[in-house]
Amino acid sequence: MSDTIVSIRNVTKAFPGGVTAVDNVSIDIEQNEFFALLGPSGCGKTTLLRMISGLETPTGGQIIIGGEDMAYTPPNKRPTNMVFQSYAVFPHMTVEQNVGYGLKVTGVASDEIRRRVGEALEMVKLTALATRKPDQMSGGQRQRVALARALVKRPKVLLLDEPLSALDAKLRDDMRMELTRLQETVGITFIIVTHDQDEALSMASRIAVMDRGAVQQVATPAELYEQPKTRFVADFIGKVNLIEARVHRQIGRKVDCELKGVGRMELVSDNLVGAQVSVAVRPEKLKIASSEPTAAIRVQGKVRDVAYYGDTSHVVIEAADGLNLSVNVQNDTRLGGSGVERGQSIWVYWAPEDSIVLTE
Amino acid sequence: MAAQLKPGQGPLDYGSRTWLKVLFAAIFFVLYAPIITLVAFSFNTDKRGVVWRGFTLDNYTKAWNNASLIEALTNSLVIALIATVFATVLGALTALLMWRFRFPFKGAYEGFMALPIVIPEICMGVALLLFFVNSGMMGLFVALPWPLNLGNIIFAHVTFCFPFVAVVVRSRLVGFNRQLEEASKDLGASEWQTFWSIIVPYMKPGLIAGALLAFTLSLDDFVITFFTSGPETVTFPVKVYSLVRRGVSPEINAASTVLIVITVIATVLAMKLQAPPKADKV
Ligand SMILES: Nc1ncnc2c1ncn2[C@@H]1O[C@H](COP(=O)(O)OP(=O)(O)OP(=O)(O)O)[C@@H](O)[C@H]1O
Ligand SMILES: [Mg+2]
Repeated sequence: MSDTIVSIRNVTKAFPGGVTAVDNVSIDIEQNEFFALLGPSGCGKTTLLRMISGLETPTGGQIIIGGEDMAYTPPNKRPTNMVFQSYAVFPHMTVEQNVGYGLKVTGVASDEIRRRVGEALEMVKLTALATRKPDQMSGGQRQRVALARALVKRPKVLLLDEPLSALDAKLRDDMRMELTRLQETVGITFIIVTHDQDEALSMASRIAVMDRGAVQQVATPAELYEQPKTRFVADFIGKVNLIEARVHRQIGRKVDCELKGVGRMELVSDNLVGAQVSVAVRPEKLKIASSEPTAAIRVQGKVRDVAYYGDTSHVVIEAADGLNLSVNVQNDTRLGGSGVERGQSIWVYWAPEDSIVLTE
Repeated sequence: MAAQLKPGQGPLDYGSRTWLKVLFAAIFFVLYAPIITLVAFSFNTDKRGVVWRGFTLDNYTKAWNNASLIEALTNSLVIALIATVFATVLGALTALLMWRFRFPFKGAYEGFMALPIVIPEICMGVALLLFFVNSGMMGLFVALPWPLNLGNIIFAHVTFCFPFVAVVVRSRLVGFNRQLEEASKDLGASEWQTFWSIIVPYMKPGLIAGALLAFTLSLDDFVITFFTSGPETVTFPVKVYSLVRRGVSPEINAASTVLIVITVIATVLAMKLQAPPKADKV
């Protein structure tokens, strides 16, 4: 990997009044990354982003941008630019004036401003609207203005706070691709805040999952999905079946454990585990069969619910000990459907290597 | 309440009810008849100004040639203009202070600041007179050449005009999106640049409305001016008052009409300025 551009070290933000919005967070973000901060509402994503931009100062820790500790540098002296959630486009200026503002206030010569504004508008495909005022534009167009306005400054890091949340579904998909394309063209590090896991998984090269002010895991989208480190991450990213398990003993990298409602088995775990663990299995890794399968892990149960989604059906199966398992069944033939009905007795099985042992 | 609506009448279509139309007409008549009469009689040929005798512009010529009336009008305009500038700057700064900063007893200050709006004018007049006399400012200003001898009146007008500006600008600022300020700083602007290129343009409609309010308040103020003016200086409302005491003449009507026209023009201008082409609503 290339050099670190933003290094967040033990950063804490306690607001007066006792809310610790960000709690001892450390993240290294590489040059040219498309990095996402993902987490539920109120977990401190925006606060962390604002501390990188300088709009908020941490109560502890260091924020090193381009090799320099900038934790207490004002926003106008940082090589970062922000795209605000509400866009914050200046209402009394035309598109051109908006985009040129950041250059004008820093004393760039006017013919260079004109040239760079032209380029930036072209990049976000707004050349035709250069002389419009923001109130004559759609939300999507206003967002492009906000993007161009930030990019024209050629920042080292572009910060985006929930950039897609105010757009409708169709526009959101377009903009998602547009952002990825832009990031590749301009070669600037993007840090994006989102509470939408699909957004993070589809756009980001790496994701930091946050919960209640703390970072739970920093990993690539595939790693987060297939190797979550905590129950929170497993549950937050995609759908998951979490099964309680009691550990009998640990033999090297294997644990001998009793899964509630399933039975005793040996599973692989890298971590040293305690007496109680959770075993996570993704719904699409589960298979169903009408007669008893030969697989090592198998459970019998009753179909409690079938939800049809076109390409897949989501089946909920109730087994012994109140264990509920969600299974995604591919509807791979036209006439067959999921082939199961409510109330039907059925077997569920999965491969041991698809089980993830979670300790925290 | 009517039990049934007529065909095509919406439930909130009050305008289509006859009794409401009559009421509206009556109210408008009471409100505007005196003004219309005043303007109409400024074109009357009758000296006494009681009966309509015919159309003329003589009254305007006479008013124009009445040196003391013109002097009073000039004084009023000069006072209003200068007082407006000071009141607007002071009011805008006060509004910013209350919007932007937190300080001890802020709530109390906000209340006190608006006092000149609610205090009876007569009390303001007496208070200012006592202040000028006791501080010796009265004597000081009166001795100065024109227009500096209007200083005490201007001072007095600023004191009662600036709270109006402050209140208007303050309420405009409530709607300001702080993210605009953050965006400006994030884009590299200093505090000062942000103030002039983001906050002031946002305040502009409030500033114009406030300035206009201050201008009209100052222009037609009688009570406070009456108390605080020196023996030599006369403003338009004071002059009109002294003329009326000697008997109504169409000349006064003419002069008053001119004053009305000035204020109307100022109002129209201000409204035009407030709503730039294709109104920016934010
Ligand atoms: N200026 C502030 N003063 C006090 N508390 C604040 C302030 N700003 C944020 N907080 C608190 O800090 C916590 C984190 O807020 P933050 O805005 O960072 O959350 P978020 O992850 O961006 O959430 P969302 O997805 O809803 O935007 C919240 O509990 C919030 O109430
Ligand atoms: Mg947020």
